[in-house]
Amino acid sequence: MGVITQLLRGRGRKRRLPLPSPLGTVRAEARALHVRLGGRTVLDGVDLQVAAGEVLALVGPNGAGKSTLLAALARDLPAGSGEVRIDGEPAAAWTAAELAVRRAVLPQSAQLSFPFPVEEVVRMGRAPWAGTPAEDEDDAAVRAAMAAAEVTGFASRPFAALSGGERARVALARVLAQRTPLLLLDEPTAALDLRHQELVLRICRERAAAGDAVAVVLHDLGLAGAYADRVAVLHGGRIAAEGPPARVFEAESLSRVYAQPIEVIDHPRTGEPLVIPRRAVRDFAS
Amino acid sequence: MTLLRTTPSSAPAAGPPGGGQRPRRRRTTALLAAGMAAALLLACLLSAGLGAYDIPLGDVVGSLLHRAGLGGAELDRVPESVLWNVRLPRVALALLVGASLGCAGALMQGVFGNPLAEPGVIGISMGSAVGAVAAISLGLNFLGNWTITACAFAAGLVTVLLVYALSRSGGRTEVVTLILTGIAVNAFGSALVGLGVFLADNAQVTQITFWQLGSLAQATWPKVLAVLPCALAGLAVAPLYGRKLDLLALGERPARHLGVDVERLRLTLVLVVALLTAAAVAVAGVITFVGLLVPHVLRMAAGPGHRFLVPGSALGGALVLVAADLAARTAAQPAELPLGVLTALFGSPFFFWLLRRTRRKQGGWA
Repeated sequence: MGVITQLLRGRGRKRRLPLPSPLGTVRAEARALHVRLGGRTVLDGVDLQVAAGEVLALVGPNGAGKSTLLAALARDLPAGSGEVRIDGEPAAAWTAAELAVRRAVLPQSAQLSFPFPVEEVVRMGRAPWAGTPAEDEDDAAVRAAMAAAEVTGFASRPFAALSGGERARVALARVLAQRTPLLLLDEPTAALDLRHQELVLRICRERAAAGDAVAVVLHDLGLAGAYADRVAVLHGGRIAAEGPPARVFEAESLSRVYAQPIEVIDHPRTGEPLVIPRRAVRDFAS
Repeated sequence: MTLLRTTPSSAPAAGPPGGGQRPRRRRTTALLAAGMAAALLLACLLSAGLGAYDIPLGDVVGSLLHRAGLGGAELDRVPESVLWNVRLPRVALALLVGASLGCAGALMQGVFGNPLAEPGVIGISMGSAVGAVAAISLGLNFLGNWTITACAFAAGLVTVLLVYALSRSGGRTEVVTLILTGIAVNAFGSALVGLGVFLADNAQVTQITFWQLGSLAQATWPKVLAVLPCALAGLAVAPLYGRKLDLLALGERPARHLGVDVERLRLTLVLVVALLTAAAVAVAGVITFVGLLVPHVLRMAAGPGHRFLVPGSALGGALVLVAADLAARTAAQPAELPLGVLTALFGSPFFFWLLRRTRRKQGGWA
């Protein structure tokens, strides 16, 4: 009997599509969020919002809880206590199909079980819109996403034949093709060269300018400083600091969070904060 | 939404991506489907005509048309009886069993995200066999004609769930775990089948042994009816899940991010696989490798998209089994090779090659 009800659950309710909303509308929100994984408290009372029109960077040392926070905002993980809200409603209130037209998620590593060609992988990002008026945009969305992530050149190659960086960009193109008002990106720049790191963050800015909310986990504080509207520094499952990069990137507190002496200097031309580990003066002569 | 125009230095010319590729692939699948359907029709007619008592192809067609009320002519008493009471139920059974096995293989591989998953290899066929043997040796008859099928389904379902639970960790199914689980399940299943044989009387032992080798020799219309509901239900439902299986290839979490209710999908498909496997095993015994070979060949020819692969594998499986049964009947006339032996003879080397290839691609099993 349980099997039958599980099979029927979620049927018969009309799927709600996301509505356009003004800049500043909160797209995802964590309230006093606690998450335990494998007996360890990974998130310990996190309050955070991502709003339409902004790029929010999540930074912090390894194991600080960045990916867990992103996964909780994506409703991949249940909240231990506290709450995650998406588009103003508790995350659990949405069906999988309704969430899929509201938020797109880029995982840390992209896998594929069968040798689909690149274009079909990107087209999978359109699956949530099947049966809605937005279905007509499918071809345009796929083409635009592939051009933006610079993967058009190998559209017909099988995914498995690509390098790590190329796969990461294909995964990004799939997420862009989904055209959701909330983007959650987990280390999108990890496998990429310098040019494509900049490209990804410029895409984030474009999407924010177009009214989407973007939350992105980054390790490179330089990228976060240059492209994010707000930065949240996680440390031991809590938010150690949050605000515009110019205010948050402060040598003393960053040194404490990363357990590494850090200096922050202003870029001589742009004035953006540059975060650099404090290193000894090189003296190869001796 | 406007997306960036970046400097074109490394950006390739932005033509329509893979412009000619999608129509070309669609043409390939259409050709392939038409080819398989034509070959299947031919194989069915040949299989109905050839054998210890040959009936000319024209007579077969004539008799079929006559019964359908479209002209043609009735045959003499003997060929008419051979055709309608011996050959045609056998062809119908081969169609059902082959389609079920091919389709179940394609679904299994999609659900596990693993090209080596197959009902025979991972022990589900053996699980169904245990149910069927139990029904025979205990002389169960609570559902009449459908008793053996029902028992095979119940035992097969338990086995799929067991294998699934045992071979997954962290949302992934590793090849080694899957194959080893299959070995364990197969060993346990053989033991239970052996126990069933031990408990059975002489007549039942003959029935079990014959059936265990995998054969369609005892095909009758009641047997066709016994598995028809199971097979048809499974075959009708399976193609609805093609697109979702494609998304599942990305992994569980990404599939969920794209709106797939992964738990429900898995549960439904596991039920469908159990239905299809039970349909095949209940009448034909354990016939391995059809569900492995057919989806693989189709994937190489037409790509991995499940919207074609799932129904295509049903068609291909039916073709392979009708042809294999024809070969089993006619290759060593007047004796008859067991069908399961024949498919294993050709399937095992293929499986071996597949293992080597998978291993090479992964750089070892670690």
